[in-house]
Amino acid sequence: MRGVRAARVRMGAAVVAVAALVLAGCASEQDGGTPSTGGGGGDEAPAGSIKEGLNIAFLPKQVNNPYFTVADNGGKEAVEEFKGSYKQVGPSEASASSQVSYINTLTQQGTDVIVVSANDPNAICGALNQARQAGTKVVTFDSDTNPECRDLFVNQATAEGIAQIQVKLISDQIGGEGKIAILSATPNATNQNTWIDLMKKELEKPEYEGIELVTVAYGNDDDQKSFQETQGLLRSYPDLKGIISPTTVGIAAAARYLSGSEYKGEVALTGLGTPNQMREYIKDGTVESFALWNPADLGYLAAYAGAALASGVIGGEEGDTFTAGKLGEYTVGPNGEVVLGPPTVFDASNIDDFDF
Amino acid sequence: MAHEHVSRPVLRLSLLGTWDVLVVVVLALVILACSVLVEGFATARFWGFLLLDVIPIALLALPMTLLIITGEIDLSVASVLGLTSAVIGQLWASGVPMAAALPLGILLGALLGAVNGLFVAEFGLPSLAVTIGTLALYRGLAYVVLGDRAVADFPFDWTGGAIAPLPGTTVPWFVLVLGLLAVVFGVVLHATPIGRGLYAMGNNVEAAVFAGISVARTKFWLYVVTGAVSALAGVFWTLRYASARADNGAGLELAVVAAVLLGGVSIFGGRGTLIGVLAGVFLLTSLRNALQLADVPADTLTVVTGALLIVSVVGPNVVDMVRTTMHRRRLALSVGASSTGSAPGLAGSTASRSSQHIVNEGDEP
Repeated sequence: MRGVRAARVRMGAAVVAVAALVLAGCASEQDGGTPSTGGGGGDEAPAGSIKEGLNIAFLPKQVNNPYFTVADNGGKEAVEEFKGSYKQVGPSEASASSQVSYINTLTQQGTDVIVVSANDPNAICGALNQARQAGTKVVTFDSDTNPECRDLFVNQATAEGIAQIQVKLISDQIGGEGKIAILSATPNATNQNTWIDLMKKELEKPEYEGIELVTVAYGNDDDQKSFQETQGLLRSYPDLKGIISPTTVGIAAAARYLSGSEYKGEVALTGLGTPNQMREYIKDGTVESFALWNPADLGYLAAYAGAALASGVIGGEEGDTFTAGKLGEYTVGPNGEVVLGPPTVFDASNIDDFDF
Repeated sequence: MAHEHVSRPVLRLSLLGTWDVLVVVVLALVILACSVLVEGFATARFWGFLLLDVIPIALLALPMTLLIITGEIDLSVASVLGLTSAVIGQLWASGVPMAAALPLGILLGALLGAVNGLFVAEFGLPSLAVTIGTLALYRGLAYVVLGDRAVADFPFDWTGGAIAPLPGTTVPWFVLVLGLLAVVFGVVLHATPIGRGLYAMGNNVEAAVFAGISVARTKFWLYVVTGAVSALAGVFWTLRYASARADNGAGLELAVVAAVLLGGVSIFGGRGTLIGVLAGVFLLTSLRNALQLADVPADTLTVVTGALLIVSVVGPNVVDMVRTTMHRRRLALSVGASSTGSAPGLAGSTASRSSQHIVNEGDEP
């Protein structure tokens, strides 16, 4: 049959074409195997100051997450101050594997500094180390990787401080007694899990003995899922007194559910949220108070930390100091950590002073 | 092919208009265009990274192609990947050596596939419903096994070894495994009675039964193979990311089905080629990575992927419509003994109606 032979010929031709193209792609630039170093590079600056023209890329857990938008804009402000070039790239869903391909891309582009918030402490490790071998400096912020995969971690606040403030806020709001639940992000989120463990420890203290943590629910940092999980929590535990949501997506979704339900004002809600997201719920009485560090400052500090590394101002060793623009001087602590400072509490009295 | 029985001019038409060939051509054009336009695309490093991204999708696409050609589907492949990953992690964490944990994982995958096969082939339930069920079920089991933990302390010999390049290149050696499997699947599908049987069931299952093909048994084993290959993808995923997690590969089934359909496999069964599917996988992945390299935002990437999927569903139908119209036209013409042949319609164009007007323009492409 002619058709069969034609099909075979066709397929054979197609195989050859693809193979040739793939080989061409691989072979055409053997020299491309060596990384181009330091896109901008910039002029040699005097010791102790930051070079101009550094390429700094922010890779958040996911793009279009309001929290990271603010943090990255803080980074952008810093990068503009020291005359580098800024960009933000990232996946639209918060998964570890999708971050890897972005890191690979940045490696190929010869980026000077990658500022990344990790969706998984291990899954992006290999890719980050490849980037570092190619000369890129890696700063993690918000959510760390394994320490051996990055140069510095810019910590928003000590985990203890964050856990303490949230437990204190919920205790104040429910009068120190009753059942509470936690609405977290993804089950693997590094920072959320650390805080949850520390909150559990904090709750063992005698002043919180009237409070019982009944469950931890996961909204996957997805608005709708978080909304449904809140609904589920209140259904499963009718005598629930309060919810702590240590994630900006979760607390906003939970507040939206509460404000439209019979539980408004009855069930307390606190956690980590941004003032712009939470303003209406503070004003309508759904939420009394919540906490957060200023994410813009976090991004700002991370950008300066990365630039200081890439300029050779610091090597990332414990005790190294650098100046982060308007935020002043910071010192690298143990494990290559730089801590931003204590979290801020937002309530009806101060929320209008913040716009992020 | 569907039009084997018709005479020459239409044959040439089908050659031009076949969707899988078109995808290969588009892939070639995309690669050429990106090499020129996107800085860093035509580098060995880029292709090394790209192939790492291609491997899991291509692995899942191989058995998926065969399944869809038979008129069935398996939406649980990514969940099998995730569950395998979780179980391997759990086995390793409880002291089972890697050399034993990995084969056990693949065995588990075959078992999970057999469950799908049992429901679909033996009980005759619709595969779409069954595998949506197991999509949720297997993913849920993965969370039961590993919960919110991630097992990540795999030995570097294994994790680094899995993504190691072939000596002197940036091509990961695992590509050889993929290549070998692709050849096996390609030969089975296109050059054996089994393969012809798969097309036959996709086209007309009653006819296939009358022709003596054991439809149920073939489908059952196809699901077993799908499970095992999905588990192999799970092994690769776990080692590549050095992290066993319950959510590994979540949502990957969509990329796989998209690539298979884009490669010209008919969702109704009975039509498609493996080379088209592999081109589809490469097209989707390289386009995505190239756009990423060109700093195109993630949302735009999603839009592009979605649009390509629509094109892949609409495109072959348009091509088909054109071909049928031409065919009918030609028959009518030969009955009237007037013209010599029909003009080839260009695939992908909205030529279904306009083709009526170009019939007499000649018979050369």
